[in-house]
Amino acid sequence: MDKLKKLSKQQLFLPIMCVLLVLAVNIVYDVSQGSPFYNFFRITIENGVLSGRLISIINRGSEVAILAIGMTLVVSASGGTDISVGSVMSLCASFCCMLIAGFGVSSVSSADEFACPLIVGLLGALLMGCVCGAFNGALVAYLNIQPMVATLILWSAARAIGLLLCNNLIVYIRVPEYGIFGGYIGFMPTPIIIAAVCVLIVSIVLKKTAMGMYVQAVGINKKAARIAGLNSKRIIFMCYFLCGVCAAIAGIVNSSRITSADSNNIGLNMELDAILAVALGGNSLGGGRFNLAGSIIGAYTIQAITTTMYNLGVSSAVSPVFKAVVVIVIVAIQSQPLQNWIRKHRAHAADKEAAKA
Amino acid sequence: MKTEQKTAKTLGAKKMNSNTLLLIITIVLFVVMYAAGCVVYASKGFTHVQTFLNILNNNAGLVCVACGMTCVMLTGGIDISVGSLIAMDCMLLAWGTGKGYSAIVMCALVIIIGLVFGFVQGFCVGYLNIQPFIVTMAGMFFARGMTAVISTDQLSITQDTSALFYGWANAKIQLPAFLGYVNGKGKVQIPYIRVSVVVALAVLILIFLVLRYTKFGRSLYAVGGSEQSAAMMGLDVKKAKLKAYVLSSFLCSIGGICYCLNTMSGSVSQATGLEMDAIASCVIGGTLLTGGVGNVFGSFFGVLINGTISSLVKTNGKLASSWPNILTAVLLCFFIVLQSVFARIKEKNK
Repeated sequence: MDKLKKLSKQQLFLPIMCVLLVLAVNIVYDVSQGSPFYNFFRITIENGVLSGRLISIINRGSEVAILAIGMTLVVSASGGTDISVGSVMSLCASFCCMLIAGFGVSSVSSADEFACPLIVGLLGALLMGCVCGAFNGALVAYLNIQPMVATLILWSAARAIGLLLCNNLIVYIRVPEYGIFGGYIGFMPTPIIIAAVCVLIVSIVLKKTAMGMYVQAVGINKKAARIAGLNSKRIIFMCYFLCGVCAAIAGIVNSSRITSADSNNIGLNMELDAILAVALGGNSLGGGRFNLAGSIIGAYTIQAITTTMYNLGVSSAVSPVFKAVVVIVIVAIQSQPLQNWIRKHRAHAADKEAAKA
Repeated sequence: MKTEQKTAKTLGAKKMNSNTLLLIITIVLFVVMYAAGCVVYASKGFTHVQTFLNILNNNAGLVCVACGMTCVMLTGGIDISVGSLIAMDCMLLAWGTGKGYSAIVMCALVIIIGLVFGFVQGFCVGYLNIQPFIVTMAGMFFARGMTAVISTDQLSITQDTSALFYGWANAKIQLPAFLGYVNGKGKVQIPYIRVSVVVALAVLILIFLVLRYTKFGRSLYAVGGSEQSAAMMGLDVKKAKLKAYVLSSFLCSIGGICYCLNTMSGSVSQATGLEMDAIASCVIGGTLLTGGVGNVFGSFFGVLINGTISSLVKTNGKLASSWPNILTAVLLCFFIVLQSVFARIKEKNK
């Protein structure tokens, strides 16, 4: 019992419990449908590429995982959330496709029609992400504006600017070279590789340098960190900057997946998924200590929930209801007043038992 | 001693100034924008009284929502569930009247649902101490999903499904004839407003009075100014927050009915991004997002500025549909930076 208690105090307890719950639902569903219980885990090679439900979840969850990296740092350093990531994704994808296809062109079907080389488009998208991140970072760090409010500006503007860049069209880039970022390298789905590389780079930087500690220090107490000699403002700025870059990468992956830039739909509600991933990962949304691994697991958990719901036949329009319930239950469990109440209740019960004895 | 008193006095004056200054800037901006529109698009009928009234007619729902949003923002919170809640209200009205229920019953149901919705959100924010953004984000998901549960089709309200609702939507309250103009056919066009505008203006005045003269209204300012001080003063902070969210969702339901009178239909993708318009209106109107400072009349002018922008873009006819969004965001950016600069000046004077 004591061990169980200790286990439940661990930060990764919640996300891992969620994953197990989702797995259990899947297995029960599979068995009730007459398939073997390991159906969920089965990985096969079809048409020369990996396939299977597990692979599909990890593949589809890549964008949220990439966003979750940036979001974790932003939440940790500033105690606020960057709600513009979804719109920035859309803007970067639109900018990339606009550069490659040329302004006002709605469809490109071979590499000869490119207005710019592919690499210019990709670098352009990354640059756009940097600009958006820097804009948010400057507002939050140097002008002391509440994070949510500062990012509200791009939340509304970025998607609209993206539409403007694409001349209100859906730009199709039907070229295999462009589709590779959302497709496959060999038998591996590329988004998985991209997400893994991003996670690896960031976690190595956080582990090998003092960056991770700095971010946490600033998040726990901005003033104290400054007095201790840290440039709090610059660290917060850097976190937002990185979040912008992550959004750009996620945007490229998402747009490459559908080989087009659909400004109205790329990254729609993705900011909410990213924030949810951070919360699910056991990170406090009030800033301070963070756990990158938790956020990543959280991101894949969300994708697992979404995929499971599709499997159960819940329509995509209705699934937000379940997501909302999941969010509220998780944050309510984490909330301090409820935990205090439970503790008090338990103490009361223990007192009663003691009195009886 | 004397100098201290003096500085205290000037400080007080400055505090008043910077807040009223924001409101004045907003009003001046609106007047300038509207005047510019009148000059540039005089030939397209921008100078008619009806153009101004149409801004009101089209944005009556948003006025109600912005009033509620102001109350929540005064406590230092935010409510991003309003857009989805309006979609749910419209869908419920369209579905209910389609099924043959009376429009009055459906409106009552919508308002009751709004109150319950607000109560749950307010409870989570006030008593469970969860961040308002997260709670209302969940509310936003929930309401949008429930809209899809009711129906994924686009349902519309016609004269056949509900004559009463149709009557409300098409009722015109005419203003004195001298405000009208003679159209191309030589007929006098008498300017009119919709029923929803009357509702919205009534809500606006009511909330203004509530915020200014009631205990509840002042407690919102106190909680937003400093939660700790408010608690030490003996205010029930949790209850005040709960009430603010209930009020917001309640006004949002009324706004939803006004909105539905305009669109006469319900669909899943309705009113997406409306929460953004409401928040932008409040910020442009001088409500501080940190709480404690704000005024519903400022928010009203914020809505008017929003409406003027889309009206200008519509009158131009050549600009892309995403321009209003971008312009609103630019204005939002301008006002947010302005607020931050004012806050910094205030801090320096301390």
